[in-house]
Amino acid sequence: MGVNSKEIEVLQIIEENGRVSLNTLAKMVELSEEQVEGILKKLEKEKVILSYSAVIDWSKVYDQENVTAMIDVKVTPQRGVGFDDIAKRIYRFPEVKALYLMSGAYDLSVVIEGKSMSQIARFVSDKLSTLDSVISTTTHFQLKKYKHDGVVFEDGEEDRRIVVTP
Amino acid sequence: MVQSTKVNRRLSKSVQSIQPSGIRRFFDLASTMDNIISLGVGEPDFVTPWNVREAAFSSLERGFTAYTANAGLLELREEISKYMSQQFALPYSPDSEVLVTVGASEAIDLAIRALVDPGDEVIVVEPTFVSYAPIVSLAGGVPVSVGTKKEDEFKVTPAQLEAAITPKTKLVMICFPNNPTGAVMTKEELELISHVIKKHDLLVLSDEIYAELSYETSHYSIARLPDMRDRTVVISGFSKAFAMTGWRLGFTLAPEDITAAMLKIHQYTMMCASTPAQYGALEALQNGLADVKKMVQSYNQRRNFIVKSYAEIGLPCHTPGGAFYAFPSIKNTGYDSGEFAEKLLLEERVAVVPGDVFGEGGEGHIRCSYATSMENLEESVRRIGRFLEKHTR
Ligand SMILES: Cc1ncc(COP(=O)(O)O)c(C=O)c1O
Repeated sequence: MGVNSKEIEVLQIIEENGRVSLNTLAKMVELSEEQVEGILKKLEKEKVILSYSAVIDWSKVYDQENVTAMIDVKVTPQRGVGFDDIAKRIYRFPEVKALYLMSGAYDLSVVIEGKSMSQIARFVSDKLSTLDSVISTTTHFQLKKYKHDGVVFEDGEEDRRIVVTP
Repeated sequence: MVQSTKVNRRLSKSVQSIQPSGIRRFFDLASTMDNIISLGVGEPDFVTPWNVREAAFSSLERGFTAYTANAGLLELREEISKYMSQQFALPYSPDSEVLVTVGASEAIDLAIRALVDPGDEVIVVEPTFVSYAPIVSLAGGVPVSVGTKKEDEFKVTPAQLEAAITPKTKLVMICFPNNPTGAVMTKEELELISHVIKKHDLLVLSDEIYAELSYETSHYSIARLPDMRDRTVVISGFSKAFAMTGWRLGFTLAPEDITAAMLKIHQYTMMCASTPAQYGALEALQNGLADVKKMVQSYNQRRNFIVKSYAEIGLPCHTPGGAFYAFPSIKNTGYDSGEFAEKLLLEERVAVVPGDVFGEGGEGHIRCSYATSMENLEESVRRIGRFLEKHTR
């Protein structure tokens, strides 16, 4: 869809900080609050903006850390619908955080989040592998998150400038 | 800081003739306090883009640890020449008209030392970067302040120049986009002052280190005007646009005879700029322009925010056309800029720089750098707003 340069600017700002206030956002792009609100409404309606979310480092919250695994899945595509039907069956599981169709050695990349490794293992063996068109799965567990959605976790690159400079 | 009036016989008269920077004085005060929001910083809040840092590591890994040519790596001068010509229509020969220096700071010093004899008068258009007048004094020249006015949007007028020129005048120092006012002069406005400059056969030092940070109009250099190239030294560098202040890398563009003269001084005083920094700069020019564009867009958004917000809290401020400073007037508080900045720091923990440190025309204003996070800017607006409510007459 056609999106003008102010709209792109708004998108870039909220992609970085979804919590920016309407007032601040309007000032930053030199529009009125009503205009910015209009842009947001329109882009939400057109499903350009899908949701406003936060990137959270759950490892810092006691007892809340999840285990994440990326599973390479080979499937037999079906006549007429290719991979779409099987993809739909997979992404509807609530455990599935993300799903991508890939080129290369396997077909689908499934990102699963669970409370424990055994919970994920159970999901793979009980739910995923047993789907008719699934030929094989390879499960990779994530050991540590360094960067996610463009956000670096703990990079220590804080403001190192002295307080007053020429 | 107390300035001793007694002449110290150990120290040179020229060094005793100059004052320590007012910025330094304010730094000493601010740095004793915690939890302050600083709008006092005249440098980018971005860390140098990663590929540039990476290029410097790699140059060290490959063993590029020796001196470069005095004028700087030829490769870098070629890249500077290409960049300045494409970006600002300033074509200069990499062999004889480009000189790589230790920051724009050294470049300014070289230009003044190469052009100014003891007793020569140098017009310094103020408010402006704090180093100009002291550098002139250290070279034995006589700085002559021309204070621009808020009513003229801090642009220098032909009449102001004309009034300051004497038979001893040799050179005019200008800086647009300006630190601290953010003022930008258009081609037409520069044209008017160029007539005066030519009429009196003066030279120009044009500090264009903020050229990339021009928001409403694209930057126009005075060196592009008819018959101005031969009498102008253009100063620029990597500090601001490329977020490389700590690398200490700048450059000059100047006619061959002036470049050769500056090179002579540079070769005896600095030898050459830092080698890893030069490799970083090379990468910045070859692959860093997209990063510059992103940073400039971000400064522009923050500028828009600050200008609107200051209007809302009753802090009168012209719209800065470039750089990353706002220079609002604080006259309706009744304080002078030093008092205002100090009270604001003590009561609300916001550090700004008093306008008087930037020379004539700066009194009654404060410099607020918006090269800081949006969160800091939002909070600083709240605090300054609260402060003004208490102190506006
Ligand atoms: C107008 C102006 N010129 C020159 C400089 C110094 O730049 P550099 O870091 O390249 O020495 C500054 C730094 O604040 C500046 O504002």
